[in-house]
Amino acid sequence: MIDSVVVVVVQLVLAVAVTPVLIGVMRTTRARLEGRVGGGVWQPWRDVRKLMAKEPTRAPGSTPVLTVAPILLMASSLVLCALIPLASTLALESVPGDLFVVVSVLLLGTVALALLGLESGTAFGGMGSSRHMVIAALVEPTVLLSIYALSVPAGTSALAAIVQARRADPASLLNPVSLLAIFALVVVVIAETGRLPVDNPSTHLELTMIHEAMILESGGRDLGWLELGSWLRLTALLGLVANLALPLGIGQDAAPLTLVVGIAAVTVKVLVLGAALAAAEVFIAKLRLFRVPELLAGSFVLAFLSVSASYLVF
Amino acid sequence: MSRLNAPEVLQATRETLAGTVAAQLARGFRLALVAAHEDGPVGPEAGFRIVYVLLGTAGERVEVVVEIPRDDAWLPTLAGISYPAGRFEREMRGLYGIVPRDHPQPYRLVRHGHWPTSFHPMLSDADPNPDFTARAGFPFAEVTGKGVYEIPVGPVHAGLIEPGHFRFSVVGETIVRMYQRLYFVHRGVEKLFQGRQVADGIALAERISGDTAVGHSLAYVMAVEDALGVDVPERDRLVRALLLECERLYNHVNDLGAIVNDAGFGIVNQHAGRLRESLLRHNARLTGHRLLRGAIRLGGADLLAAPDLDLIDGVAAEAAELAAISTGHPMVANRLNTTAVLPAGQARGFGVLGYVARASGIAVDARADQPFVDLGEAFRVVTAETGDVRARFDVRVGEIAVAAALVADLGARISALEATTAPTVPGGTGAGLGVVEAWRGTLVHRVEVGAGGVLTRVKVVDPSFHTWPALGIALADTIVPDFPLANKSFNCSYAGNDL
Repeated sequence: MIDSVVVVVVQLVLAVAVTPVLIGVMRTTRARLEGRVGGGVWQPWRDVRKLMAKEPTRAPGSTPVLTVAPILLMASSLVLCALIPLASTLALESVPGDLFVVVSVLLLGTVALALLGLESGTAFGGMGSSRHMVIAALVEPTVLLSIYALSVPAGTSALAAIVQARRADPASLLNPVSLLAIFALVVVVIAETGRLPVDNPSTHLELTMIHEAMILESGGRDLGWLELGSWLRLTALLGLVANLALPLGIGQDAAPLTLVVGIAAVTVKVLVLGAALAAAEVFIAKLRLFRVPELLAGSFVLAFLSVSASYLVF
Repeated sequence: MSRLNAPEVLQATRETLAGTVAAQLARGFRLALVAAHEDGPVGPEAGFRIVYVLLGTAGERVEVVVEIPRDDAWLPTLAGISYPAGRFEREMRGLYGIVPRDHPQPYRLVRHGHWPTSFHPMLSDADPNPDFTARAGFPFAEVTGKGVYEIPVGPVHAGLIEPGHFRFSVVGETIVRMYQRLYFVHRGVEKLFQGRQVADGIALAERISGDTAVGHSLAYVMAVEDALGVDVPERDRLVRALLLECERLYNHVNDLGAIVNDAGFGIVNQHAGRLRESLLRHNARLTGHRLLRGAIRLGGADLLAAPDLDLIDGVAAEAAELAAISTGHPMVANRLNTTAVLPAGQARGFGVLGYVARASGIAVDARADQPFVDLGEAFRVVTAETGDVRARFDVRVGEIAVAAALVADLGARISALEATTAPTVPGGTGAGLGVVEAWRGTLVHRVEVGAGGVLTRVKVVDPSFHTWPALGIALADTIVPDFPLANKSFNCSYAGNDL
């Protein structure tokens, strides 16, 4: 019991510490590849620190949603980081790290963001929320399905157990079921976290925004929570993908040495994956909004094939 | 060739106006400018003189003049025979209080919400400091129906762009109607010209729109030279043409990156920015100013250095490569192709100009229609047929190549000619017209010079004045997230339009 609490605490601290660096690495990678200097790896951390120190400005007539939604998003992201096996597969016994629970927690943050967008009462917020929900509705089933495909050989839907099973049997990493599922998962992680080609995190064009449109009316500490909360989702999901695709180095208990190795392994994996994602973004443009469902439907088909295949193979 | 054709002046009355203008439009001429003038001191005899300028495609110029009394200031509307005429009439209504009778859109074009209703800023007796507390609503056609909602955007935007308000009526993500409200940067430029010496007007013209310094100052200077009868030596005219092409180059290269950036393909924008910077530095070497200010003067134009042809060639080649990468990228091509189509018929009806018209297959270009210098073999009018964002992108790409070839050709022709002494600018009075193909399209200035070389009236028509209204047409059935792309491909000027 104490051991699993240690793991949770370590994972939370790790996620919060690594997340700004992850965003910094992604932005710097992209800047360098585009021939710019960029703001540096530490800039997102400085931004968050600045925002946290600022008093939020809230429009007159706004309801508590404006205050609660950022905290809800942040809390859901932290729960996500605690439930997903990042540094160690030792799970809390009383809380199921089940894939259905993880997807529900993910959805909780999504809904908090959408409510925040509607709360502002501006056309942009509503527009962003409606686009966000369209994408969420297409993304969530694929997340479920692709991880479900991986859970079939493991015989359990607990994420920690799936990762552990995959670690114990490295041959399963390269079978087509696994590759299809991981690919589908990568596509939906990109969509869920608002990266190109679904959403452009660096745009200043109000009319094309999805994520940015919902948080336009927030400022100061509220915005700080929102930024950090949505970045944490990226860390958690990238950590999940990395550990499912390559469960190398992840610990199975809370011994100090295994934890240190686990922390180092997941940090490197997440940063490399993030940098690769940012590098890929340089070469792609944003999809026309009405073609995003085609992309997501494609990833759903892959996940579905993966599930079907997993019953044939195992 | 050195002097432009003197205009054919037709006198008309309110009764004959519509017929006279219609006859000129039937000759294939387009209405390029309508300027109101206050004649005489304010009093019972005071009147308005309205000049309608029509331009042909072979250098022809026609001015239709109608005079009306000030205390009975109305005109029969020409909105039914020419869309641009209807817009000019609404502009005059706002600035002079001249009422176009039976106009289908009976409200002012130029008016801030806080202006008093009786405030017409161009009138000589307009209160310089009116009571700016009035509040007016924003009249626009409300679209009603199931699921229609409105998105108001601007005038303050998230990016660093000029102020303009756009009101979208949207179903889902599809734009049903877009109404734009401009004139947030109305600075009273035309009135600022009045009372200046002709030579002092150049600096002001250069600042009408920062990215069109050459276009505006050249149109202004040519109008003054036309008014005063100044002959400009050939070498200076070649230098002016070269400066125009330099301005076209840096702006088109910038647009190239900006359009693709709005499709989320940022790397092309970074490289376009780099190319633009090298062109701006080249501009600084040519004229001493990155935006090419200060090179054009009355009677001539000066270069500090010969153009660096290797640099221009290199930039043109790199721009062509960037364009090929962009249009060859399936995701970018998918965003550009068939987005925001402006059909040729609509483009002609609205009287749009520049690359927007040429992308819809209308070969309107003042370098061919109203030339002030023979540009030779290197020049051709680039057109495209489809009228979508892709066509406007492709026209720019083609024009970059043509402009680079023209710079090389003009540079060689300039160096082969000896600099001549500047012509003296005579005193005197008169009216003149300057027509220039600036990078956005045909730019027209009409200048009247009074006694002592003082400007009595300068009327500026930026191509954006004609092109802005067509944006709403191109947006029909376009989805909201594609608006920035469509808007960037039009890239109309706010400052040039609002004056």
